[in-house]
Amino acid sequence: MSKVLLKVDHLKKYFPIRQGMFARHVGDVKAVDDVSFELYEGETLGIVGESGCGKSTTGRAIMRLHEPTEGKVLFDGIELTDLNNEQMRKVRRDIQMVFQDPYASLNPRHTVEKILEEPLIVHGIGNAKERKNKVREYLEIVGLSSYHAKRYPHQFSGGQRQRIGIARALMTNPKLIIADEPVSALDVSIQAQVLNLMQRLQDDLKLTYIFIAHDLGVVRHISDRVGVMYLGRLVEIAESELLYHEPLHPYTQALLSAVPVPDPVFEREQLLLKGDIPSPSNPPTGCTFHTRCPHAMEKCKQVIPMLQQVKSGHSVACHLYEAPQ
Amino acid sequence: MSRKAVLEVRELETTFFSDSGKVAAVDRISFSIHEGEILAIVGESGCGKSVTSLSIMGLVPSPPGKITNGSILLNGKDISKFSDKQMRKIRGNEIAMIFQEPMTSLNPLFTIGNQLIEAVRIHHPKWSKKESTARAIEIMKLVGLPRAEQLINDYPHQLSGGMRQRVMIAMALVCNPKVLIADEPTTALDVTIQAQILKLMRDLNERLNTAVLLITHDLGVVAETCERVIVMYAGQIVEEAPVNEIFKNPQHPYTKGLIQSVPDMRYKKDTLYSIPGNVPKPGSILEGCRFAARCEYAFERCLTSNPPLYDASGAHRARCFLLDMEEGGISHVESAAES
Ligand SMILES: Nc1ncnc2c1ncn2[C@@H]1O[C@H](COP(=O)(O)OP(=O)(O)OP(=O)(O)O)[C@@H](O)[C@H]1O
Ligand SMILES: Nc1ncnc2c1ncn2[C@@H]1O[C@H](COP(=O)(O)OP(=O)(O)OP(=O)(O)O)[C@@H](O)[C@H]1O
Ligand code: SF4
Ligand code: SF4
Ligand SMILES: [Mg+2]
Ligand SMILES: [Mg+2]
Repeated sequence: MSKVLLKVDHLKKYFPIRQGMFARHVGDVKAVDDVSFELYEGETLGIVGESGCGKSTTGRAIMRLHEPTEGKVLFDGIELTDLNNEQMRKVRRDIQMVFQDPYASLNPRHTVEKILEEPLIVHGIGNAKERKNKVREYLEIVGLSSYHAKRYPHQFSGGQRQRIGIARALMTNPKLIIADEPVSALDVSIQAQVLNLMQRLQDDLKLTYIFIAHDLGVVRHISDRVGVMYLGRLVEIAESELLYHEPLHPYTQALLSAVPVPDPVFEREQLLLKGDIPSPSNPPTGCTFHTRCPHAMEKCKQVIPMLQQVKSGHSVACHLYEAPQ
Repeated sequence: MSRKAVLEVRELETTFFSDSGKVAAVDRISFSIHEGEILAIVGESGCGKSVTSLSIMGLVPSPPGKITNGSILLNGKDISKFSDKQMRKIRGNEIAMIFQEPMTSLNPLFTIGNQLIEAVRIHHPKWSKKESTARAIEIMKLVGLPRAEQLINDYPHQLSGGMRQRVMIAMALVCNPKVLIADEPTTALDVTIQAQILKLMRDLNERLNTAVLLITHDLGVVAETCERVIVMYAGQIVEEAPVNEIFKNPQHPYTKGLIQSVPDMRYKKDTLYSIPGNVPKPGSILEGCRFAARCEYAFERCLTSNPPLYDASGAHRARCFLLDMEEGGISHVESAAES
């Protein structure tokens, strides 16, 4: 068994809602609400879930780009939540993030060369010539060309920008990459190239990934294990094959049934979810999925189901799977 | 039943000028969309899909970009010749666009409510603040945004990626457009919300006969939503066909490669197929087929002349010499594949 590289322990991130002239604190958006998981060195953990359920916030809270409200994050034996800014800055060499919105995360006034070189300068890696060479090398690795180095972000297409974001995360040879929708804007062929590349780098450099994505085909392809989030909570986590063959949580079942299939004649049975998406500032009591769950019972409205292992490699938070008392 | 073409793009060429020369990002493409039709554009990243839609909307950044040839007919009127003022009247009225990157088109300094209510008011100038706000909240709920009443006071950075995308969609739907251009409208959305948004677009399409131009790289979405598909490569249209044909009987080698590259949720493969090589540097290929360097079927003729669009059957066309009857027609593909 490989070692645990990252341990996320009861992580919470609440965003205060303020209102009125005096910015009175009237409530919280519970973006991440008590999430715990472990990540093994060299593995890929996929994270899926409804838009707005807290995936990006989880990634950002791990890196302390959002200060966690509660909980602990242990990375490679270091308690990240205890570090001061300077110590945290050093650790970020080993944890890199590919941001979801490439446009917002690339400085529009810098050339691609400068953007890619910056993490090397910040962490004091290489001399000027080595850095320039590395920039060119990584541009090619992600399927761009060295002639792109002198251009500015707005001169690229959406998918090209996304690849710049990936190249930037790779520059410092990190141990852990939190990739937030890294291939969502890529056409399928380049997507395949980037995914194959990420897998190759993982084998060569023993990289560990948290891979956040909406495309369940992509997630299945790249992940060893997959976690499913709903309204700030982790509701199911399992080895990828187990999850896809036998999803246990009713939300996961609905999610998998909604995937469009690239075959115009294939008829799939879709479990459409009814009911509005609840608000993370006022989540339903008990199991937060009970307002939309086809199997909801009385108990679900009152008692929060805990994430429990129901068989080897498969945990779920749902009262349907609790052993009778 | 023959339907009326609402939008006709003819020989459109959009060029970017720079110190190092000029590049036609969109190179003389022609297509049309009919009333009530959903047409998909797919193609390699950087092949000119977004520039095509920006050209239609009159939003190509200029300089460095410019429409250098062709016409864009909206209900028979050439809007490519319209002034900025005329275009502003049409945008968000007869023709609306959902942009690929929401942050480029949402103003970070204004609340979501501000921007949506503004869009409602352009369309209904006589409505009161209260009516406009109510309509804004209604549309936000329609696109599946929770806690709409709270969100209208939030700024774009306080929303998740998918929530921003839905605000964009809401903004485009405010005006019941005749033509809706949706550039990767669901990339940041999970599949359940994606299904909801696509249904919303289909409803709009059926209810108001809106023509939808859907740019996406998700072939699953194409299979489930569109009637007809255009495949672009390096600034040109390389294939055009009804949706079933594209999946069952792709003609262009690039299209074949695309369809082979999809990770299908139903099965798991060890490594994904990907088309070898990279897209050529724009403007670097002066003669021959632009796909030749990556094409496993390429033969001499492909290196010297640029193939035109050949008819494969009925409404199916592809830009490949393998379809030229003199080269042996379609059977040529089979024999090349065997050898
Ligand atoms: N800076 C912020 N201030 C206030 N609220 C925020 C902020 N960032 C995120 N939120 C809220 O936290 C919740 C979770 O957002 P997050 O970005 O983590 O979602 P996500 O799962 O990544 O969604 P998507 O799939 O759409 O990217 C949302 O309700 C969002 O509005
Ligand atoms: N402002 C600009 N200046 C110079 N070149 C540009 C500009 N905008 C786009 N281009 C170039 O035009 C080409 C087409 O870009 P476009 O954005 O249309 O691609 P796309 O097909 O939408 O790709 P994607 O799927 O990645 O979004 C690209 O090679 C891009 O680099
Ligand atoms: S705990 Fe109850 S409401 Fe929640 S998912 Fe399970 S059955 Fe449904
Ligand atoms: S024209 Fe030639 S190079 Fe181009 S796609 Fe057809 S066979 Fe391949
Ligand atoms: Mg996100
Ligand atoms: Mg684009």
